[in-house]
Amino acid sequence: MKRTPLYELHKEFGGRMVDFAGWEMPIQYTSIIKEHQAVRTNAGIFDVSHMGEALVEGSEAQNFINRIITNDITRIRDGQIIYSPMCNEKGGVVDDVIIYKYNDQKFLIVLNASNTKKDVEWLLMNTFDGVGVTDISSEYSQLAIQGPKAQEILQRHTEYDLSSLKFFRFIDDFMLGGIKCLISRTGYTGEDGFEVYTSPKDAANLWNKIMSKDASEQDVPMPAGLGARDTLRMEAALPLYGHELNDDITPLEAGISNFVKLSKPDFIGRDKLITISKSGLKRELTGFVMEDRGIPRAGYKVYSLDGEQIGVVTSGGYSPSTSQNIGMAIVKKGWNTDSEYCIQIRGKLLKASVVKLPFYRKSYKK
Amino acid sequence: MEFLNELKYSKDHEWIKVEGNKAYIGITDFAQHSLGDIVFVELPEEGAELNAGDTIASIESVKSASDVYMPIGGTIIEVNTKLEDAPQLINEAPYENYIVVIEMTDSEEIENLLDVESYKSICEEEE
Repeated sequence: MKRTPLYELHKEFGGRMVDFAGWEMPIQYTSIIKEHQAVRTNAGIFDVSHMGEALVEGSEAQNFINRIITNDITRIRDGQIIYSPMCNEKGGVVDDVIIYKYNDQKFLIVLNASNTKKDVEWLLMNTFDGVGVTDISSEYSQLAIQGPKAQEILQRHTEYDLSSLKFFRFIDDFMLGGIKCLISRTGYTGEDGFEVYTSPKDAANLWNKIMSKDASEQDVPMPAGLGARDTLRMEAALPLYGHELNDDITPLEAGISNFVKLSKPDFIGRDKLITISKSGLKRELTGFVMEDRGIPRAGYKVYSLDGEQIGVVTSGGYSPSTSQNIGMAIVKKGWNTDSEYCIQIRGKLLKASVVKLPFYRKSYKK
Repeated sequence: MEFLNELKYSKDHEWIKVEGNKAYIGITDFAQHSLGDIVFVELPEEGAELNAGDTIASIESVKSASDVYMPIGGTIIEVNTKLEDAPQLINEAPYENYIVVIEMTDSEEIENLLDVESYKSICEEEE
């Protein structure tokens, strides 16, 4: 397994290490629930150095980006960030990514750890004259500091007024605690927060800086692992590749159609997505809360109240912020407009109520 | 890691407290620590007659599920219903929050259980 530069720090803070996408990462340090709650009420700090990064440069860089993503890159300006699925010809999702626009000729794409190799191959396969793609994952480590206190905590380490760094914007060559980094107001938790990219040789120093207290300071972020990262994103109904998204699920079915701009000039998957959109979706993502006692998990089958299998759970589990068992499922559209269905948990059909997403309201700083 | 001297243990990390012909059964500090935050406990029916090795209960943590087994045979005479609404009690006080109480079928089966020292060795090996 690969290790990030923070491996020793994880062990020092009591991290329980697991294999995630070939990386040895902490699933928790103290308790998934405590770490989750720290992010919702105070701040948590995550090592997300396992994520991949690709640099896209050249005179045709913007056209290339717009060809491979479903969202419209021309809607954002220099210094802004966009979220988008990247589709294959069938309209299925290769990965969901965020893209940082430096200018029309330079973009940074952040890739899921589990898909980095596949994504880079995909990008390289689709390049054309005037655009170059480089895998620069090994040049970056990344920390995410998330929670209502994130800004206050990071503000101690910079003269720059962080309240003026707006949501989905970034600054490169930023000095945080005397360490050079790229900082963005982004995250995967449904809270306000920042993602900070730095050279691997500076990553541990940056963690220590952010975690340092002097006599007057009360709050530092709580180290939070991948377990809390998952419960947080699930409450915010943010998709996870391999669950709500994969090569066979289109973004239209996965509940992220607002990131698909079918009126854009041709992009990979457009024709298929237009066909699906015209003929009507056959399945859709729904959110649910368990009524009967039981914990839904990914892969569990979903049945209508009449006992017909209508779909499958994509993500599920206990929600610390709502104290309920929640989940998302992709189910047949038009089966019955019941507001209830059943999840098969260990052989029993247990009732669930369909709810609007997200389960937990985001409170992003604007 | 807490181990209580006066209890009996199974190799599957259950603790057993014998009172006359009754036995209280729960999971150990070692077990609750490995599981992490417990969010769900599936309890058996009172009156169920089970043999040693049968599944009594299912405990789910945020990331995993684990079965609890009968360390000895018996009839379930009581289940700890507090665990339905407050499964985290097992994390907070594993020895104070039993899962079931049984009427033992054959009290001689207690001889097959581990004492605290043998159980501690098993835990050390697993670490």
